[in-house]
Amino acid sequence: MTLESKIPVGTVSDKWTQYKSSVPLVNPSNKRQLEIIVVGTGLAGASAAATLAEMGYKVKAFCFQDSPRRAHSIAAQGGINAAKNYQNDGDSVHRLFYDTIKGGDYRAREANVHRLAECSTSIIDQCVAQGVPFAREYGGTLSNRSFGGTQVQRTFYAAGQTGQQLLLGAYSGLERQVGLGNVKMYARHEMVEVVKIDGKARGIIARDLVSGKLERHFGHAVLLCTGGYGNVFYLSTNAMGSNVTAAWKAHKAGAYFGNPCFTQIHPTCIPVSGHYQSKLTLMSESLRNDGRIWVPTKQNDERHPNDIPEDERDYYLERRYPAFGNLVPRDIASRAAKERCDAGYGVGQSKMAVYLDFKYNMTQRYGRTEASKLNIANPDDETLIRLGKEVVKEKYGNLFDMYKQITDEDPYETPMRIYPAVHYTMGGLWVDYDLMTTVPGMYALGEANFSDHGANRLGASALMQGLADGYFVIPITIGNYLNKEIHTKPISTDHEAFVAAENAANERIKHLIGIQGTRSVESYHRELGLIMWNKCGMARSEKGLKEAIAEIQALRADFYKNVRIPGSINEFNPELDKAGRVADFLELGELMCVDALDRNESCGGHFREEFQTEEGEALRDDENYMYVSAWESKGDSWELHKEELKYENIKIQQRSYK
Amino acid sequence: MSKLMKLNLKVWRQKNTQSAGNFEEYKVDASPDMSFLEMFDVLNEQLIETGKEPVAFDHDCREGICGMCSMVIDGRPHGPKQGVTTCQLHMRSFNDGDTITVEPWRANGFPVIKDLTVNRSAFDRIIASGGFVSTNAGNAVDANSILVPKEIADEAFEAATCIGCGACVSACKNASAMLFVGAKVTQLSMLPQGKPERQSRVVAMVNQMDAEGFGACTNTGACAAECPKQIPLSVIATLNREYISAKMNGK
Repeated sequence: MTLESKIPVGTVSDKWTQYKSSVPLVNPSNKRQLEIIVVGTGLAGASAAATLAEMGYKVKAFCFQDSPRRAHSIAAQGGINAAKNYQNDGDSVHRLFYDTIKGGDYRAREANVHRLAECSTSIIDQCVAQGVPFAREYGGTLSNRSFGGTQVQRTFYAAGQTGQQLLLGAYSGLERQVGLGNVKMYARHEMVEVVKIDGKARGIIARDLVSGKLERHFGHAVLLCTGGYGNVFYLSTNAMGSNVTAAWKAHKAGAYFGNPCFTQIHPTCIPVSGHYQSKLTLMSESLRNDGRIWVPTKQNDERHPNDIPEDERDYYLERRYPAFGNLVPRDIASRAAKERCDAGYGVGQSKMAVYLDFKYNMTQRYGRTEASKLNIANPDDETLIRLGKEVVKEKYGNLFDMYKQITDEDPYETPMRIYPAVHYTMGGLWVDYDLMTTVPGMYALGEANFSDHGANRLGASALMQGLADGYFVIPITIGNYLNKEIHTKPISTDHEAFVAAENAANERIKHLIGIQGTRSVESYHRELGLIMWNKCGMARSEKGLKEAIAEIQALRADFYKNVRIPGSINEFNPELDKAGRVADFLELGELMCVDALDRNESCGGHFREEFQTEEGEALRDDENYMYVSAWESKGDSWELHKEELKYENIKIQQRSYK
Repeated sequence: MSKLMKLNLKVWRQKNTQSAGNFEEYKVDASPDMSFLEMFDVLNEQLIETGKEPVAFDHDCREGICGMCSMVIDGRPHGPKQGVTTCQLHMRSFNDGDTITVEPWRANGFPVIKDLTVNRSAFDRIIASGGFVSTNAGNAVDANSILVPKEIADEAFEAATCIGCGACVSACKNASAMLFVGAKVTQLSMLPQGKPERQSRVVAMVNQMDAEGFGACTNTGACAAECPKQIPLSVIATLNREYISAKMNGK
């Protein structure tokens, strides 16, 4: 099968407008006859389900959590980008488009990214209309801040809880449609199989996680809004339940997987503190607006950070990247931290951490401004700290509290210790311009698809993409498929394809629980995570990746011999749920290594040690690797398909933030 | 590495909604730097290794924002510390040798599913009854065309930080959901976007709250004291005011 990205013709800035005014429509009475399944209720899923229901489609929405409001979008902290140019600092749709393509190290599709930038402004309007309480200025207008990889202030936020507020907005829209009878909500349900009839996606098999029973659900189309797969690393900033299962079942059923090795390691997370650690906690990128990153200039410096004088501190991001300083993109900040720690300059007990220090901006920036407002001439240090602390508290209070709660250290007094951690996956199911996967009728939205962020995502762009896909893209593009489905009557779930899919899922679950070995699911997950982190993490090499593939294969074989799952199938059994997810991670991990091995270049979050500049920056190979890797499942192996990327509006260059 | 603490746990075990439950006792060694849920991970690993069934408990983000975790620890929802969820409670808040009792939320509106896991779908139904602004995607005007004073936006935000965990219900002797409902009503009634529906909203949400079997409010303030997001008791006053005003307008 050849990959058809279905990018509309025309100049990049007109494509979406043209598309919208020429795409076939489904009339209101036909919409009422069409059923859509939405799996996942994060920003992409909740906004899609709500909007499609508002338009008249019959929607069924599924989430594995106990309520759609708990999807992991809720934990996004810093903000959401939009090209509003409210700050009059020269922002525009084109600039957001350009920053995103460059930030993604020239591995994203131009047309999709331009559309994303165009939709960004409507998202803010929509969220405000829903009652999302964004931060505001005294005059009543919306407030903005900066994020990495940009030189304008285009990030809208609600303290350090932007994802929560946006998701609760989308969730309220979803629940409104539930109340109106247009959406049927299935919480505590997990999708375990895709149902295909005549090559098209026609439904899913879902497992009711409370009763353990399998259910058959028909849909004219299926939308996967199931988030990313960062938990393949075991330790990540993802929620404990975040998983690849729905996307992986789709992949096995024919959906190609795009750029699986493109994962984002976020530079500012609270470091690992012990072997029992179950997850890592992010400290928002917004902190880099006011926090300065440094390590001591001496190796193995054991002094308390507050005792290290200014001239013995290396603000290495400001030194290496003066134009962007502490606000370089995530991949660059992460690698720079690793470089310093590997060279012996790391801090804290493990020496695998760097400082994120707020003292300078707290006192010199905010303290002085406040003092000047109060007409205090020559304020002393104590006054500056007192006044500055109030400002910092308002901006980041909840993050500082969270840091203190976890580490037992007060970041108002002592610099934070931070280290990179797995955060986001740019890779995902390959989709065309309509967001349709290679299985007709099956779509992927938000983090679950591969489309907009190339090899590295800029901060505050995940929320933007999830909501753009759900509120503004899929409601239009799905008509391009469903207009041809208006004659398709709902298919009975007694159809043989439903029976076969349910049987397959049932056999798989019975097999897993029947193994009754000696090792817990968790122990396999932890071991897989360690292989992935060490060999397919921040730095990758041919040798390491080949070893990782062999190790994962061996671990997977052992899993199917020795895993122990307590309890039974037809009951609430979280260990069984987890086992199914880990089984899929054990396959995905191998594909990620295969993809990383294929890509003989460094770009964005994918850093192959063999391919770097003399200064240690990522060395792209545009001649040979300017493509999206789209992997087709062939049972036990994969076949690579390539989507060539064409840049007609942006001049390709080596990415520089110096 | 800090010294391990030896803990005795009394944990509520209940096979399913229908069955009766009972306390079981366990011993666990925990590091003071562990979160309370990581201590439960250790317990569950022990149980699995010895062929026993692990304790079922709800959890997801483990950073205090998703609202999924829900344990009553020594009689207090989310444990002894103020302003934190169970997942953000660390073992350093306990002492070596402590006996800790852990139970699920207990309320008619939150039936137990298994062990420490309860069904909180009543909260979703309350939101579905009116906890929204009726606006369809595509209708919105420019975000800066309606100005919202900072103080109003901040206060609405404070109410909007509710994570829907249900600790307020669990803490209340009447299992009242007034803090939860009050938080949403306050957020939306303060903002200009929520004002057109403020009267129908409050009546619909209160009716649904009553239908779900949550109790009445008797102003003891336990809900606000135990709320991990420190939603203030004043949202209940706002709820009452909004409700009375709606009723006086014949809603």
